[in-house]
Amino acid sequence: MTSLQARTLSRATMTAPDASRLELLEYYLVHNEDVAGCAQASLEWLGRFAGVKRSVCLAVDNDGGVLNGIGGYGVSSNDVDLFTWPLTDARDPLVAALAATGPVTFRPGRVNGHIGNVTPTTPLGAGPFTVIPLRGTQEGGEALGLLLLRSWTGSSADVSWLATVLGQKIEQIRGRGSLSEDVRKLRRERALFFTIINSVTDPILLTDTEGRLIVANARAEKLFAASEEESEGRRRAVELNNMLFSAALSRTAVESPAAARELLLVDPSDGSDLLFEVLSTTVEDPREGTGIVSVLRNITDLRRATEQIEENYQRLRVLEAAARAERDRLNLIIDSVADPIIVTDPIGETVLMNAPAEDLFTVAPEAPDSAERSVQSNDAHFSSFISGLLLGETGPGEIRRGEIGLVNPNSSEPIPVEAIAGKVLTESGELTAVVTILHDRREALERARLYEQLKLASDELQGRVQAATAELATQNELLRRQAIELEQASRLKSQFLANMSHEFRTPLNAILGYTHMLLQGVAGDLLPAVKRQLQRIDSNGKHLLTIINEILDITRIEAGKMPMQLSEFNLNELVPEVMAELDAVIARSKLTVTPHLSSEVPLVFSDRQKVKQIVVNLLSNALKFTHQGTIELTVQFEPVTRTASIVVTDTGIGIAPEHHERIFEDFRQVDDSPSRQYGGTGLGLAICRRLATALGGRITLHSTVGQGSSFTLTIPVEAPQ
Amino acid sequence: MSTEQGPLILVVDDYEDAREMYAEYLRFCGFRVAEARNGNEALEQAFTLMPDLILMDLSLPGMDGWEATRQLKADERTRQIPVVALTGHALAGASEGAKKAGCDSFVTKPCLPDDLVVEVRRMLSMARPA
Repeated sequence: MTSLQARTLSRATMTAPDASRLELLEYYLVHNEDVAGCAQASLEWLGRFAGVKRSVCLAVDNDGGVLNGIGGYGVSSNDVDLFTWPLTDARDPLVAALAATGPVTFRPGRVNGHIGNVTPTTPLGAGPFTVIPLRGTQEGGEALGLLLLRSWTGSSADVSWLATVLGQKIEQIRGRGSLSEDVRKLRRERALFFTIINSVTDPILLTDTEGRLIVANARAEKLFAASEEESEGRRRAVELNNMLFSAALSRTAVESPAAARELLLVDPSDGSDLLFEVLSTTVEDPREGTGIVSVLRNITDLRRATEQIEENYQRLRVLEAAARAERDRLNLIIDSVADPIIVTDPIGETVLMNAPAEDLFTVAPEAPDSAERSVQSNDAHFSSFISGLLLGETGPGEIRRGEIGLVNPNSSEPIPVEAIAGKVLTESGELTAVVTILHDRREALERARLYEQLKLASDELQGRVQAATAELATQNELLRRQAIELEQASRLKSQFLANMSHEFRTPLNAILGYTHMLLQGVAGDLLPAVKRQLQRIDSNGKHLLTIINEILDITRIEAGKMPMQLSEFNLNELVPEVMAELDAVIARSKLTVTPHLSSEVPLVFSDRQKVKQIVVNLLSNALKFTHQGTIELTVQFEPVTRTASIVVTDTGIGIAPEHHERIFEDFRQVDDSPSRQYGGTGLGLAICRRLATALGGRITLHSTVGQGSSFTLTIPVEAPQ
Repeated sequence: MSTEQGPLILVVDDYEDAREMYAEYLRFCGFRVAEARNGNEALEQAFTLMPDLILMDLSLPGMDGWEATRQLKADERTRQIPVVALTGHALAGASEGAKKAGCDSFVTKPCLPDDLVVEVRRMLSMARPA
């Protein structure tokens, strides 16, 4: 029977090597009962000899009324195993193909001329494919199955041959009966198994010890399997995942077989990183040998969550540290406040107090009883104040102010304090704490008392100052009036003296004039005795004129009516002029008068006439009070102070030290007696000193009684304006 | 104006002793002399006699010497006559006041007749055309 079959089959056209066809037929003979095995072998044969890259074989299960996948080549075996197609709809393309006499070509979107019909989803995937019905030897019979082919490069004859022999083989096997109950059960269990493992979202794989894939669920296939049609990137990702997984497996094998390992894979669909925990278990099967079952748990999100938790924890710790630092700082601040601060909770219990508050409200165990009592009293007072606040007795702004009489526990000294308490509310307005600051009022009270005293003292002082000021004003007014009176008196005096000197001079003018005329011989020649007497009148008249002139000078200086006529002149020239003026006196005196001029003295800017008047006066004094010896006139210059001086030195009678000042006073001579020896008004030096002062200079005196005197006129090179 | 008898000097002074003293000495020295006791007389004499020089005391009763000098110097006829002021006011400002009034020279009393003649001769020599 077998040989007949072989012969029958051999009648088909042969293009593939005969040996290969015989090999396939031999396989049919050996696997006599196995439809799936034969189908699989047939598809592999097609792949090998007819260039069919992908193919699926479907068989009709009349009991179930479905088409089942029984073999696949170049496609997922799972897809083939799970493929079931209902035969109920006769218009269905696949169902229609069962009735076709020859190959039917399916194209996407356009199936067998039925526009709008969907291309059946087969394990071949999307794309055109050819369907060939498999029939037995019975003419006109319903096809037993379908051969779905994607494309082929080899001979159509080989395809037709295979369809024929496979159809006959299926018929032969079916002829001996339908699929056994066992096989069907097995199929159901297998389908159930795949349904179960595919429903698991974690990838599950069974691999051999080298890491080659034996069974994988749908999720695992997405990661580890890719058909040639899929994109380059996806295929690379799959390749990479396979490498990574094999490496992980071998590590697991080496290190610890049952340990969980983390494995980083690539998601082939979007290229993102996926972190898995791999649980691998080695399974021993007597028939299949050693395999490894691996379950991959996606922990990408878990890891992310862990990291997030870690991060949150760190942040929390930082915040906690900051909060602690803040609290420490707050404690420092509170402790550094000199006023006692107390924080109480809503029921009035003390939560926190600073050091000054502790001094008032806590007591050391060894402290005396009085301290204990003080603290209790303080507590009572404070509690009553706080309860008042808690009972709602607050002023505006939730602040309560009050005065409490506390006691210092250490000294028992009373401390009046001003308590200011504020409620601390939450955002929802709920009371969380009350903060009270106690301010020692002793200082303020003391200050107020001192201020009052100070004010009294100040008022008194002000009164006194006012009285003194009034007195001063009166005095000032008095003084002012006196000053005016004095000034008037002085002016009157000066005016009187000026007028008097004028009145004196008018008759004196006539006396001197007529005396002069008589001496001139206007009235004829005179007897010698008359002439001598007239000369006495003349000299005394002139003396009187000198006195009058000097009084007038003093008057002018005192009245400030001595105008300065400043000019530039040489002191070296002034000295001979002075000597010339007094030439007659010098000649009469028989004294030696020697000038000592200076080559260093610069031109001086001063009142020439007044300087001359002073020097004339000094020289005439020297001549008057020197009976024998010499008189020296010395010009000097002092560069440092820029002052020039003329020194008149004589060898005269000299002046006792006690008279050195007196001689400069008005109407003074050393000898004031009426019978004095020397003439003169005694006004000369007084005028000289006044003039020297007016020129910004001074007159100084060095003298020894019996040896002589030295008068020095010193003036600045430039007189003050 | 000048004659063989010498220049004519008008002496103006209210103090008779002084006026006559100067007049006498001037005549002694060869001058012709006219006299006036106050400002009004001085102007009268000056316009009548047209003297060669006027000696003018400044403190006079009635019209004083300053005013008289101002009027003389304001008149065409008498403007060129030299006026020598005589004053006992030695206080500062006296000479400036005299110059301002138009006096040509200034002599302070007491002044010896001899000194006065020296000043009169000096002024006349300046006033005479060269």
